[in-house]
Amino acid sequence: MSYRTPLAKVDGLGAAHSGVEHFWRQRVTAVALVPLSIWFVYAALGLVGADRDTALAFLHEPVNAVLLILFILATVIHMALGVQVVIEDYLPNETQKIVALMLNRAFAWAVGAVCLLAVLKIAI
Amino acid sequence: MAENAASGRAHPRPLSPHLQIYRWPATMATSIIHRMTGMALSAGAAILAWWLAALAAGPDQYRLFCNLAATPLGQIVLFGVLWSISFHILSGFRHLVWDIGYGFAKKTSNGVSVLIVLLSIVLATGIFALGYLKLHGGTP
Repeated sequence: MSYRTPLAKVDGLGAAHSGVEHFWRQRVTAVALVPLSIWFVYAALGLVGADRDTALAFLHEPVNAVLLILFILATVIHMALGVQVVIEDYLPNETQKIVALMLNRAFAWAVGAVCLLAVLKIAI
Repeated sequence: MAENAASGRAHPRPLSPHLQIYRWPATMATSIIHRMTGMALSAGAAILAWWLAALAAGPDQYRLFCNLAATPLGQIVLFGVLWSISFHILSGFRHLVWDIGYGFAKKTSNGVSVLIVLLSIVLATGIFALGYLKLHGGTP
């Protein structure tokens, strides 16, 4: 039994019923991605023209594997949230919107899963 | 619908001006480009997944990816991703500054918008040139 009133439960959650969670998660991942994506571009530039063994050796380094995993996680979360806003803004049809939102999440999870499995397989 | 609204009236109702009526401020352009580059980077994330999967899968798959990346179309796509990252990180950083509450003055926001567009092109071209020199000889 809860003594919280219905008003208290929805207080601050607004029209989207999820409060500022989406907004904050977008900002936190954005802040994380500023240094992480600079590192990623630097690392990717270093691997331009490298053969497979060099690329594998790069990911064998724990520091590189950890940074890449952090980059991937922050990226897929930031990406899912960002594309979600675009879908919500531009798809007026409710059915289309729900389907697109599900596909968006599925895409982010799939990209994340493939990337993480590949990095772990190489690094371990 | 238009007939219903207009019927029984001497004059049709005035219409509010739509988007194309307004002159484009630079902030409007960067706002739209920020979204477009964000969407483009989703495709970029899929390419990253492909690269990592190919790298993990084996020499043949990795060679296929590298050969495709080296084609003119592959190079255009990679440059597009690189420019998208460059723009999105610069514009995104400005968004964070806006979130803290700075840079809203009309002159500042428009000037920074133009600066971001130019800087992103310089950044992407510079990094791409470094990669190109690394691949095709020359001493960087």
